[in-house]
Amino acid sequence: MDILGTLQKLASESGFVAFITTEGGWKNLIMIAIAFVLLYLGIAKKFEPLLLCGIAFGCLLTNLSYFVGMGENALYHPELWEAFLDETSPFYHSYGHVMASAGLLDFFYIGVKAGIYPSLIFLGVGAMTDFGPLLANPKSLLMGASAQLGVFVAFLGAIALGFSGPEGASIGIIGGADGPTAIYLTTKLAPQLLGPIAIAAYSYMALIPLIQPPLMKLCTTKEMREVKMEQAREVSKTEKILFPIVVATFVILLLPSTAPLVGCLMLGNLFRECGVTDRLSDTAQNALMNIVTIFLATSVGATMVAQNFLTGDTIKIILLGLCAFAISTIGGLLGGVIMYYASGKKINPLIGSAGVSAVPMAARVSQDVGRKYNKTNFLLMHAMGPNVAGVIGSAIAAGFLLSVFGG
Amino acid sequence: MTDLINISFGDAALTALLGYLVVFFGLVLLMVVIMIMGKIMVNRAGKASPDAAAVEPAPAPAPEIPAAPGSAGELKLYDTDPRDAAMIMAIVADSLGKPINELRFISIKEVKEDEV
Repeated sequence: MDILGTLQKLASESGFVAFITTEGGWKNLIMIAIAFVLLYLGIAKKFEPLLLCGIAFGCLLTNLSYFVGMGENALYHPELWEAFLDETSPFYHSYGHVMASAGLLDFFYIGVKAGIYPSLIFLGVGAMTDFGPLLANPKSLLMGASAQLGVFVAFLGAIALGFSGPEGASIGIIGGADGPTAIYLTTKLAPQLLGPIAIAAYSYMALIPLIQPPLMKLCTTKEMREVKMEQAREVSKTEKILFPIVVATFVILLLPSTAPLVGCLMLGNLFRECGVTDRLSDTAQNALMNIVTIFLATSVGATMVAQNFLTGDTIKIILLGLCAFAISTIGGLLGGVIMYYASGKKINPLIGSAGVSAVPMAARVSQDVGRKYNKTNFLLMHAMGPNVAGVIGSAIAAGFLLSVFGG
Repeated sequence: MTDLINISFGDAALTALLGYLVVFFGLVLLMVVIMIMGKIMVNRAGKASPDAAAVEPAPAPAPEIPAAPGSAGELKLYDTDPRDAAMIMAIVADSLGKPINELRFISIKEVKEDEV
Protein backbone atom coordinates (compact mmCIF):
# COMPACT_ATOMS: atom_id res chain seq x y z
CA MET A 1 0.00 0.00 0.00
CA ASP A 2 1.29 3.45 -0.93
CA ILE A 3 0.87 5.16 2.44
CA LEU A 4 2.40 8.43 1.29
CA GLY A 5 0.18 8.51 -1.79
CA THR A 6 -2.91 7.81 0.32
CA LEU A 7 -2.00 10.58 2.76
CA GLN A 8 -1.38 12.97 -0.13
CA LYS A 9 -4.79 12.08 -1.62
CA LEU A 10 -6.50 12.60 1.75
CA ALA A 11 -4.77 15.95 2.15
CA SER A 12 -5.70 17.11 -1.36
CA GLU A 13 -9.37 16.20 -0.76
CA SER A 14 -9.45 17.91 2.63
CA GLY A 15 -11.71 20.91 3.01
CA PHE A 16 -9.07 22.61 5.19
CA VAL A 17 -6.70 22.62 2.21
CA ALA A 18 -9.50 23.59 -0.18
CA PHE A 19 -10.13 26.82 1.73
CA ILE A 20 -6.66 27.93 0.58
CA THR A 21 -6.04 26.14 -2.68
CA THR A 22 -9.36 26.44 -4.54
CA GLU A 23 -10.61 29.54 -6.32
CA GLY A 24 -12.71 31.55 -3.90
CA GLY A 25 -12.24 28.96 -1.14
CA TRP A 26 -12.10 31.74 1.44
CA LYS A 27 -15.67 32.66 0.49
CA ASN A 28 -16.76 29.29 1.87
CA LEU A 29 -15.37 30.39 5.24
CA ILE A 30 -17.59 33.49 5.14
CA MET A 31 -20.61 31.35 4.26
CA ILE A 32 -19.82 29.00 7.14
CA ALA A 33 -19.74 32.02 9.45
CA ILE A 34 -23.11 33.14 8.01
CA ALA A 35 -24.48 29.64 8.67
CA PHE A 36 -23.31 29.91 12.31
CA VAL A 37 -25.03 33.29 12.67
CA LEU A 38 -28.26 31.87 11.20
CA LEU A 39 -28.03 28.88 13.55
CA TYR A 40 -27.59 31.28 16.46
CA LEU A 41 -30.64 33.31 15.34
CA GLY A 42 -32.71 30.16 14.96
CA ILE A 43 -31.68 28.43 18.19
CA ALA A 44 -30.91 31.24 20.63
CA LYS A 45 -33.22 33.96 19.32
CA LYS A 46 -35.92 31.53 18.09
CA PHE A 47 -36.29 33.31 14.70
CA GLU A 48 -38.53 30.88 12.74
CA PRO A 49 -36.43 28.04 14.23
CA LEU A 50 -38.18 25.18 12.42
CA LEU A 51 -37.02 26.57 9.11
CA LEU A 52 -33.98 28.65 9.95
CA CYS A 53 -32.15 25.78 11.67
CA GLY A 54 -32.59 23.58 8.58
CA ILE A 55 -31.68 26.39 6.17
CA ALA A 56 -28.58 27.27 8.19
CA PHE A 57 -27.43 23.66 8.42
CA GLY A 58 -28.03 23.10 4.70
CA CYS A 59 -25.88 26.18 4.04
CA LEU A 60 -23.21 24.82 6.38
CA LEU A 61 -23.19 21.37 4.72
CA THR A 62 -22.94 22.83 1.21
CA ASN A 63 -20.09 25.15 2.07
CA LEU A 64 -18.19 22.44 3.94
CA SER A 65 -18.43 20.02 1.04
CA TYR A 66 -18.48 22.04 -2.17
CA PHE A 67 -15.48 23.94 -3.49
CA VAL A 68 -15.07 25.21 -7.04
CA GLY A 69 -13.35 22.46 -9.05
CA MET A 70 -13.69 19.92 -6.20
CA GLY A 71 -17.25 18.71 -6.50
CA GLU A 72 -16.87 14.93 -6.25
CA ASN A 73 -17.74 14.78 -2.52
CA ALA A 74 -20.18 17.68 -2.56
CA LEU A 75 -23.69 17.28 -1.21
CA TYR A 76 -24.99 19.93 -3.61
CA HIS A 77 -23.69 20.71 -7.10
CA PRO A 78 -24.68 24.14 -8.44
CA GLU A 79 -23.17 23.37 -11.86
CA LEU A 80 -25.63 20.48 -12.34
CA TRP A 81 -28.55 22.83 -11.79
CA GLU A 82 -27.01 25.50 -14.03
CA ALA A 83 -26.88 22.92 -16.83
CA PHE A 84 -30.44 21.89 -15.96
CA LEU A 85 -31.62 25.47 -16.55
CA ASP A 86 -29.39 26.31 -19.52
CA GLU A 87 -31.45 26.04 -22.72
CA THR A 88 -28.28 25.59 -24.79
CA SER A 89 -27.01 22.72 -22.63
CA PRO A 90 -27.56 19.09 -23.72
CA PHE A 91 -28.74 18.49 -20.12
CA TYR A 92 -31.48 21.15 -20.23
CA HIS A 93 -34.31 19.98 -17.93
CA SER A 94 -32.63 16.57 -17.57
CA TYR A 95 -33.33 15.13 -14.12
CA GLY A 96 -31.46 12.02 -15.29
CA HIS A 97 -28.23 13.99 -15.62
CA VAL A 98 -28.77 15.56 -12.19
CA MET A 99 -29.47 12.22 -10.54
CA ALA A 100 -26.48 10.50 -12.17
CA SER A 101 -24.03 12.84 -10.40
CA ALA A 102 -26.17 14.13 -7.52
CA GLY A 103 -25.18 14.52 -3.89
CA LEU A 104 -27.69 14.01 -1.09
CA LEU A 105 -28.86 17.63 -1.07
CA ASP A 106 -29.24 17.61 -4.88
CA PHE A 107 -31.77 14.81 -4.41
CA PHE A 108 -33.58 16.83 -1.74
CA TYR A 109 -33.53 19.88 -4.03
CA ILE A 110 -35.42 18.02 -6.77
CA GLY A 111 -38.51 18.37 -4.56
CA VAL A 112 -38.04 22.14 -4.44
CA LYS A 113 -37.31 22.40 -8.15
CA ALA A 114 -40.42 20.43 -9.03
CA GLY A 115 -42.53 22.59 -6.70
CA ILE A 116 -43.45 19.61 -4.52
CA TYR A 117 -42.34 20.81 -1.08
CA PRO A 118 -44.00 24.27 -1.12
CA SER A 119 -47.24 22.67 -2.27
CA LEU A 120 -47.09 20.03 0.47
CA ILE A 121 -46.34 22.74 3.04
CA PHE A 122 -49.49 24.49 1.82
CA LEU A 123 -51.40 21.23 2.33
CA GLY A 124 -50.29 21.28 5.98
CA VAL A 125 -51.02 25.00 6.34
CA GLY A 126 -54.53 24.40 4.98
CA ALA A 127 -55.05 21.56 7.47
CA MET A 128 -53.92 23.82 10.33
CA THR A 129 -55.90 26.92 9.35
CA ASP A 130 -59.36 27.80 10.57
CA PHE A 131 -60.93 30.00 7.89
CA GLY A 132 -63.93 30.66 10.18
CA PRO A 133 -62.97 34.30 10.95
CA LEU A 134 -62.72 34.99 7.22
CA LEU A 135 -66.11 33.38 6.58
CA ALA A 136 -67.65 35.37 9.43
CA ASN A 137 -66.32 38.61 7.97
CA PRO A 138 -65.65 38.20 4.22
CA LYS A 139 -64.73 41.89 3.93
CA SER A 140 -61.42 40.85 5.50
CA LEU A 141 -60.46 39.72 2.03
CA LEU A 142 -60.15 43.36 0.99
CA MET A 143 -57.47 43.93 3.63
CA GLY A 144 -55.72 40.75 2.49
CA ALA A 145 -55.73 42.18 -1.03
CA SER A 146 -54.52 45.65 -0.07
CA ALA A 147 -51.67 44.10 1.91
CA GLN A 148 -50.18 42.74 -1.33
CA LEU A 149 -49.09 46.31 -2.19
CA GLY A 150 -45.51 45.61 -1.12
CA VAL A 151 -45.21 42.73 -3.60
CA PHE A 152 -45.73 45.01 -6.56
CA VAL A 153 -43.85 48.04 -5.20
CA ALA A 154 -40.81 45.85 -4.40
CA PHE A 155 -41.08 44.34 -7.88
CA LEU A 156 -40.85 47.86 -9.32
CA GLY A 157 -37.95 48.67 -6.99
CA ALA A 158 -36.10 45.55 -8.14
CA ILE A 159 -36.55 46.52 -11.80
CA ALA A 160 -35.26 50.01 -10.99
CA LEU A 161 -32.18 48.43 -9.37
CA GLY A 162 -31.39 46.47 -12.53
CA PHE A 163 -32.89 43.04 -11.86
CA SER A 164 -34.59 41.22 -14.73
CA GLY A 165 -38.39 40.83 -14.85
CA PRO A 166 -38.46 37.26 -13.43
CA GLU A 167 -35.89 38.18 -10.74
CA GLY A 168 -37.90 41.28 -9.79
CA ALA A 169 -41.08 39.19 -9.51
CA SER A 170 -39.31 36.70 -7.22
CA ILE A 171 -37.95 39.50 -5.02
CA GLY A 172 -41.34 41.24 -4.89
CA ILE A 173 -43.12 38.16 -3.59
CA ILE A 174 -41.12 38.48 -0.33
CA GLY A 175 -43.74 41.15 0.44
CA GLY A 176 -46.38 38.43 0.47
CA ALA A 177 -44.78 37.26 3.75
CA ASP A 178 -45.38 33.68 2.81
CA GLY A 179 -42.28 31.48 2.74
CA PRO A 180 -43.58 28.56 0.64
CA THR A 181 -45.06 30.94 -1.95
CA ALA A 182 -41.78 32.87 -2.18
CA ILE A 183 -39.81 29.63 -2.58
CA TYR A 184 -42.26 28.25 -5.13
CA LEU A 185 -42.20 31.36 -7.32
CA THR A 186 -38.44 31.89 -7.04
CA THR A 187 -37.71 28.28 -7.98
CA LYS A 188 -39.79 28.74 -11.10
CA LEU A 189 -38.57 32.21 -12.12
CA ALA A 190 -35.13 32.92 -10.62
CA PRO A 191 -33.68 29.82 -8.92
CA GLN A 192 -30.24 31.44 -8.68
CA LEU A 193 -31.73 33.85 -6.10
CA LEU A 194 -33.44 31.20 -3.98
CA GLY A 195 -31.02 31.36 -1.03
CA PRO A 196 -31.12 35.12 -0.38
CA ILE A 197 -34.87 35.35 -1.07
CA ALA A 198 -35.70 32.50 1.34
CA ILE A 199 -33.43 33.97 4.02
CA ALA A 200 -34.97 37.43 3.58
CA ALA A 201 -38.54 36.06 3.62
CA TYR A 202 -38.13 33.94 6.76
CA SER A 203 -35.98 36.47 8.63
CA TYR A 204 -38.45 39.30 8.13
CA MET A 205 -41.34 37.03 9.07
CA ALA A 206 -39.59 36.40 12.36
CA LEU A 207 -39.05 40.15 12.75
CA ILE A 208 -42.70 41.07 12.21
CA PRO A 209 -43.19 41.99 15.91
CA LEU A 210 -40.43 44.56 15.45
CA ILE A 211 -41.26 45.78 11.93
CA GLN A 212 -45.02 46.24 12.17
CA PRO A 213 -45.83 48.12 15.44
CA PRO A 214 -44.12 51.42 14.47
CA LEU A 215 -45.90 51.36 11.10
CA MET A 216 -49.22 50.59 12.83
CA LYS A 217 -48.75 53.65 14.99
CA LEU A 218 -47.76 55.73 12.00
CA CYS A 219 -50.77 54.85 9.84
CA THR A 220 -53.54 55.00 12.47
CA THR A 221 -54.82 57.46 15.06
CA LYS A 222 -55.24 56.66 18.76
CA GLU A 223 -59.02 56.75 18.30
CA MET A 224 -58.77 54.14 15.52
CA ARG A 225 -56.52 51.85 17.55
CA GLU A 226 -58.97 51.88 20.46
CA VAL A 227 -61.95 50.65 18.43
CA LYS A 228 -63.48 47.57 20.03
CA MET A 229 -64.87 45.23 17.44
CA GLU A 230 -68.10 43.32 17.84
CA GLN A 231 -67.99 39.56 18.07
CA ALA A 232 -68.30 37.99 14.63
CA ARG A 233 -71.16 35.63 13.79
CA GLU A 234 -70.81 31.90 14.29
CA VAL A 235 -69.94 30.03 11.11
CA SER A 236 -71.74 26.77 10.35
CA LYS A 237 -69.95 23.51 9.63
CA THR A 238 -71.46 23.39 6.14
CA GLU A 239 -69.93 26.77 5.28
CA LYS A 240 -66.54 25.58 6.45
CA ILE A 241 -66.80 22.46 4.31
CA LEU A 242 -67.98 24.39 1.25
CA PHE A 243 -65.30 27.08 1.59
CA PRO A 244 -62.26 25.12 0.32
CA ILE A 245 -64.26 23.72 -2.57
CA VAL A 246 -65.55 27.16 -3.57
CA VAL A 247 -62.15 28.87 -3.22
CA ALA A 248 -60.32 26.18 -5.19
CA THR A 249 -62.92 26.36 -7.95
CA PHE A 250 -62.99 30.16 -8.31
CA VAL A 251 -59.31 30.95 -7.78
CA ILE A 252 -57.95 28.16 -9.99
CA LEU A 253 -60.41 29.00 -12.76
CA LEU A 254 -59.35 32.66 -12.49
CA LEU A 255 -55.60 31.96 -12.40
CA PRO A 256 -54.67 28.38 -13.34
CA SER A 257 -51.03 29.00 -12.37
CA THR A 258 -52.12 29.15 -8.71
CA ALA A 259 -53.42 25.55 -8.88
CA PRO A 260 -50.54 23.78 -7.05
CA LEU A 261 -50.54 26.19 -4.09
CA VAL A 262 -54.23 27.04 -3.78
CA GLY A 263 -55.24 23.47 -4.65
CA CYS A 264 -53.08 21.99 -1.87
CA LEU A 265 -54.06 24.71 0.63
CA MET A 266 -57.72 24.01 0.08
CA LEU A 267 -57.32 20.23 0.01
CA GLY A 268 -55.63 20.42 3.42
CA ASN A 269 -58.46 22.61 4.70
CA LEU A 270 -61.08 20.21 3.37
CA PHE A 271 -59.34 17.36 5.26
CA ARG A 272 -59.61 19.49 8.40
CA GLU A 273 -63.22 20.56 8.06
CA CYS A 274 -65.07 17.69 6.41
CA GLY A 275 -65.04 15.61 9.60
CA VAL A 276 -64.43 12.25 7.93
CA THR A 277 -60.68 12.51 7.24
CA ASP A 278 -59.29 13.26 10.68
CA ARG A 279 -56.35 10.90 10.17
CA LEU A 280 -55.35 12.63 6.94
CA SER A 281 -55.73 16.04 8.53
CA ASP A 282 -53.57 14.96 11.44
CA THR A 283 -50.87 13.61 9.12
CA ALA A 284 -50.91 16.74 6.95
CA GLN A 285 -50.64 19.01 10.00
CA ASN A 286 -47.94 17.08 11.81
CA ALA A 287 -45.94 14.22 10.32
CA LEU A 288 -46.04 15.27 6.67
CA MET A 289 -45.50 18.95 7.49
CA ASN A 290 -42.47 18.13 9.64
CA ILE A 291 -40.91 15.79 7.10
CA VAL A 292 -41.36 18.25 4.25
CA THR A 293 -40.03 21.10 6.40
CA ILE A 294 -36.79 19.16 6.93
CA PHE A 295 -36.32 18.56 3.19
CA LEU A 296 -37.39 22.05 2.19
CA ALA A 297 -35.22 23.89 4.69
CA THR A 298 -32.04 21.89 4.13
CA SER A 299 -32.30 21.99 0.35
CA VAL A 300 -33.03 25.74 0.31
CA GLY A 301 -30.03 26.24 2.59
CA ALA A 302 -27.95 24.09 0.23
CA THR A 303 -28.44 26.62 -2.58
CA MET A 304 -26.48 29.18 -0.55
CA VAL A 305 -23.25 28.43 -2.36
CA ALA A 306 -20.57 31.05 -1.71
CA GLN A 307 -20.12 32.25 -5.29
CA ASN A 308 -23.89 32.71 -5.75
CA PHE A 309 -24.66 34.19 -2.33
CA LEU A 310 -21.78 36.60 -1.70
CA THR A 311 -22.75 39.18 -4.28
CA GLY A 312 -24.09 42.73 -4.25
CA ASP A 313 -27.44 41.35 -5.37
CA THR A 314 -27.92 39.63 -1.99
CA ILE A 315 -27.66 42.95 -0.16
CA LYS A 316 -30.13 44.52 -2.61
CA ILE A 317 -32.54 41.59 -2.07
CA ILE A 318 -32.32 41.90 1.72
CA LEU A 319 -33.09 45.64 1.50
CA LEU A 320 -35.87 45.20 -1.07
CA GLY A 321 -37.36 42.44 1.08
CA LEU A 322 -37.54 44.79 4.07
CA CYS A 323 -39.20 47.46 1.89
CA ALA A 324 -41.66 44.84 0.56
CA PHE A 325 -42.64 43.81 4.11
CA ALA A 326 -43.00 47.40 5.30
CA ILE A 327 -45.03 48.52 2.27
CA SER A 328 -47.30 45.46 2.47
CA THR A 329 -47.96 46.31 6.13
CA ILE A 330 -48.75 49.91 5.17
CA GLY A 331 -51.02 48.68 2.35
CA GLY A 332 -52.94 46.46 4.76
CA LEU A 333 -53.24 49.26 7.31
CA LEU A 334 -54.50 51.71 4.67
CA GLY A 335 -57.05 49.08 3.65
CA GLY A 336 -57.99 48.88 7.34
CA VAL A 337 -58.35 52.66 7.60
CA ILE A 338 -60.65 52.68 4.55
CA MET A 339 -62.71 49.89 6.12
CA TYR A 340 -62.79 51.84 9.39
CA TYR A 341 -64.51 54.78 7.71
CA ALA A 342 -66.63 52.62 5.38
CA SER A 343 -67.98 50.62 8.33
CA GLY A 344 -68.87 53.70 10.37
CA LYS A 345 -65.82 53.33 12.64
CA LYS A 346 -66.71 49.78 13.62
CA ILE A 347 -63.58 48.08 12.23
CA ASN A 348 -60.26 48.51 14.01
CA PRO A 349 -57.73 49.26 11.23
CA LEU A 350 -54.96 47.50 13.19
CA ILE A 351 -56.25 44.19 11.84
CA GLY A 352 -55.26 45.37 8.34
CA SER A 353 -51.57 44.79 9.04
CA ALA A 354 -52.34 41.08 9.51
CA GLY A 355 -53.19 40.98 5.80
CA VAL A 356 -49.51 40.37 5.04
CA SER A 357 -50.04 36.66 5.66
CA ALA A 358 -47.34 35.31 8.05
CA VAL A 359 -49.99 33.27 9.87
CA PRO A 360 -50.50 33.65 12.84
CA MET A 361 -47.64 35.97 13.82
CA ALA A 362 -49.10 39.07 12.11
CA ALA A 363 -52.52 38.50 13.74
CA ARG A 364 -50.84 38.23 17.15
CA VAL A 365 -49.12 41.56 16.56
CA SER A 366 -52.52 43.17 15.79
CA GLN A 367 -53.87 41.67 19.02
CA ASP A 368 -50.92 42.90 21.11
CA VAL A 369 -50.95 46.43 19.71
CA GLY A 370 -54.76 46.63 20.01
CA ARG A 371 -54.63 45.52 23.66
CA LYS A 372 -51.99 48.13 24.37
CA TYR A 373 -54.45 50.89 23.49
CA ASN A 374 -57.62 49.28 24.84
CA LYS A 375 -57.28 46.65 27.54
CA THR A 376 -60.70 45.19 26.76
CA ASN A 377 -59.91 44.68 23.09
CA PHE A 378 -59.54 41.19 21.64
CA LEU A 379 -58.56 41.57 18.00
CA LEU A 380 -56.96 38.16 17.48
CA MET A 381 -59.89 36.39 15.83
CA HIS A 382 -60.82 39.51 13.83
CA ALA A 383 -57.21 39.77 12.62
CA MET A 384 -57.18 36.10 11.59
CA GLY A 385 -59.62 37.05 8.78
CA PRO A 386 -57.21 39.34 6.88
CA ASN A 387 -54.35 37.08 7.95
CA VAL A 388 -55.67 34.01 6.13
CA ALA A 389 -56.96 36.25 3.31
CA GLY A 390 -53.33 37.30 2.90
CA VAL A 391 -52.33 33.68 2.26
CA ILE A 392 -54.84 33.46 -0.59
CA GLY A 393 -53.89 36.97 -1.78
CA SER A 394 -50.18 36.20 -1.95
CA ALA A 395 -50.90 32.94 -3.80
CA ILE A 396 -52.94 34.93 -6.36
CA ALA A 397 -50.14 37.52 -6.66
CA ALA A 398 -47.63 34.69 -7.19
CA GLY A 399 -49.92 33.07 -9.76
CA PHE A 400 -50.18 36.36 -11.65
CA LEU A 401 -46.41 36.89 -11.67
CA LEU A 402 -45.85 33.29 -12.72
CA SER A 403 -48.27 33.57 -15.61
CA VAL A 404 -46.64 36.83 -16.77
CA PHE A 405 -42.96 35.87 -16.35
CA GLY A 406 -43.11 32.09 -16.37
CA GLY A 407 -43.25 32.03 -20.16
CA MET B 1 -44.05 41.92 -27.83
CA THR B 2 -42.59 43.27 -24.56
CA ASP B 3 -39.21 41.84 -23.51
CA LEU B 4 -40.08 40.41 -20.09
CA ILE B 5 -36.48 39.64 -19.16
CA ASN B 6 -35.15 43.16 -19.74
CA ILE B 7 -38.46 44.79 -18.93
CA SER B 8 -38.58 48.59 -18.98
CA PHE B 9 -39.66 50.49 -15.88
CA GLY B 10 -42.81 51.72 -17.65
CA ASP B 11 -43.85 48.18 -18.60
CA ALA B 12 -43.00 46.98 -15.09
CA ALA B 13 -45.21 49.72 -13.61
CA LEU B 14 -48.09 48.64 -15.85
CA THR B 15 -47.52 44.99 -14.89
CA ALA B 16 -47.48 45.89 -11.20
CA LEU B 17 -50.71 47.87 -11.50
CA LEU B 18 -52.39 45.07 -13.43
CA GLY B 19 -51.16 42.51 -10.89
CA TYR B 20 -52.54 44.49 -7.95
CA LEU B 21 -55.88 44.83 -9.74
CA VAL B 22 -55.98 41.08 -10.47
CA VAL B 23 -55.37 40.32 -6.77
CA PHE B 24 -58.22 42.67 -5.83
CA PHE B 25 -60.49 41.24 -8.51
CA GLY B 26 -59.82 37.67 -7.37
CA LEU B 27 -60.42 38.43 -3.70
CA VAL B 28 -63.48 40.64 -4.34
CA LEU B 29 -64.96 37.84 -6.43
CA LEU B 30 -64.28 35.46 -3.56
CA MET B 31 -65.78 37.92 -1.08
CA VAL B 32 -69.01 38.13 -3.07
CA VAL B 33 -69.26 34.35 -3.31
CA ILE B 34 -68.61 33.91 0.43
CA MET B 35 -71.17 36.62 1.27
CA ILE B 36 -73.82 34.92 -0.85
CA MET B 37 -72.94 31.56 0.72
CA GLY B 38 -73.14 33.10 4.21
CA LYS B 39 -76.52 34.74 3.50
CA ILE B 40 -77.94 31.42 2.34
CA MET B 41 -76.63 29.63 5.44
CA VAL B 42 -77.89 32.29 7.85
CA ASN B 43 -81.35 32.20 6.20
CA ARG B 44 -81.43 28.40 6.42
CA ALA B 45 -80.40 28.50 10.07
CA GLY B 46 -83.06 31.15 10.73
CA LYS B 47 -85.76 28.97 9.22
CA ALA B 48 -84.60 25.89 11.07
CA SER B 49 -84.31 27.44 14.54
CA PRO B 50 -88.07 28.06 15.33
CA ASP B 51 -88.79 24.37 14.71
CA ALA B 52 -85.92 23.35 16.91
CA ALA B 53 -87.16 25.67 19.63
CA ALA B 54 -90.61 24.12 19.42
CA VAL B 55 -89.25 20.60 19.82
CA GLU B 56 -86.78 21.25 22.60
CA PRO B 57 -88.22 22.85 25.76
CA ALA B 58 -86.14 25.62 27.26
CA PRO B 59 -83.89 24.35 30.06
CA ALA B 60 -84.87 25.24 33.60
CA PRO B 61 -82.96 28.24 34.96
CA ALA B 62 -79.89 27.17 36.91
CA PRO B 63 -80.09 27.82 40.66
CA GLU B 64 -78.13 30.85 41.77
CA ILE B 65 -74.83 29.73 43.28
CA PRO B 66 -73.35 32.03 45.92
CA ALA B 67 -69.87 33.42 45.30
CA ALA B 68 -67.01 31.46 46.85
CA PRO B 69 -65.98 32.89 50.21
CA GLY B 70 -62.72 34.77 50.19
CA SER B 71 -62.73 35.25 46.41
CA ALA B 72 -62.97 38.54 44.57
CA GLY B 73 -66.70 37.90 44.60
CA GLU B 74 -66.94 36.51 41.06
CA LEU B 75 -65.81 32.90 41.13
CA LYS B 76 -68.63 30.39 41.30
CA LEU B 77 -68.02 26.82 42.36
CA TYR B 78 -70.24 24.00 41.10
CA ASP B 79 -69.76 20.74 43.05
CA THR B 80 -66.18 21.78 43.76
CA ASP B 81 -64.42 21.94 47.06
CA PRO B 82 -62.73 25.36 47.70
CA ARG B 83 -59.42 23.55 48.36
CA ASP B 84 -59.64 21.78 44.97
CA ALA B 85 -60.56 25.07 43.32
CA ALA B 86 -57.51 26.77 44.82
CA MET B 87 -55.30 23.96 43.55
CA ILE B 88 -56.82 24.10 40.05
CA MET B 89 -56.30 27.87 39.88
CA ALA B 90 -52.68 27.50 41.02
CA ILE B 91 -52.04 24.81 38.37
CA VAL B 92 -53.61 26.95 35.61
CA ALA B 93 -51.57 29.98 36.66
CA ASP B 94 -48.39 27.89 36.72
CA SER B 95 -49.11 26.35 33.30
CA LEU B 96 -49.74 29.78 31.78
CA GLY B 97 -46.72 31.27 33.52
CA LYS B 98 -48.86 34.16 34.80
CA PRO B 99 -49.28 35.48 38.37
CA ILE B 100 -52.59 34.25 39.75
CA ASN B 101 -53.76 37.77 40.58
CA GLU B 102 -53.62 38.64 36.88
CA LEU B 103 -56.02 35.85 35.94
CA ARG B 104 -59.80 35.97 36.22
CA PHE B 105 -61.67 32.78 37.00
CA ILE B 106 -65.41 32.89 36.38
CA SER B 107 -66.52 29.46 37.56
CA ILE B 108 -65.20 25.96 38.23
CA LYS B 109 -67.42 22.95 37.74
CA GLU B 110 -66.73 19.28 38.39
CA VAL B 111 -67.51 17.20 35.30
CA LYS B 112 -69.00 13.88 36.38
CA GLU B 113 -68.02 10.74 34.49
CA ASP B 114 -71.55 10.21 33.21
CA GLU B 115 -71.56 13.75 31.77
CA VAL B 116 -68.49 13.16 29.58
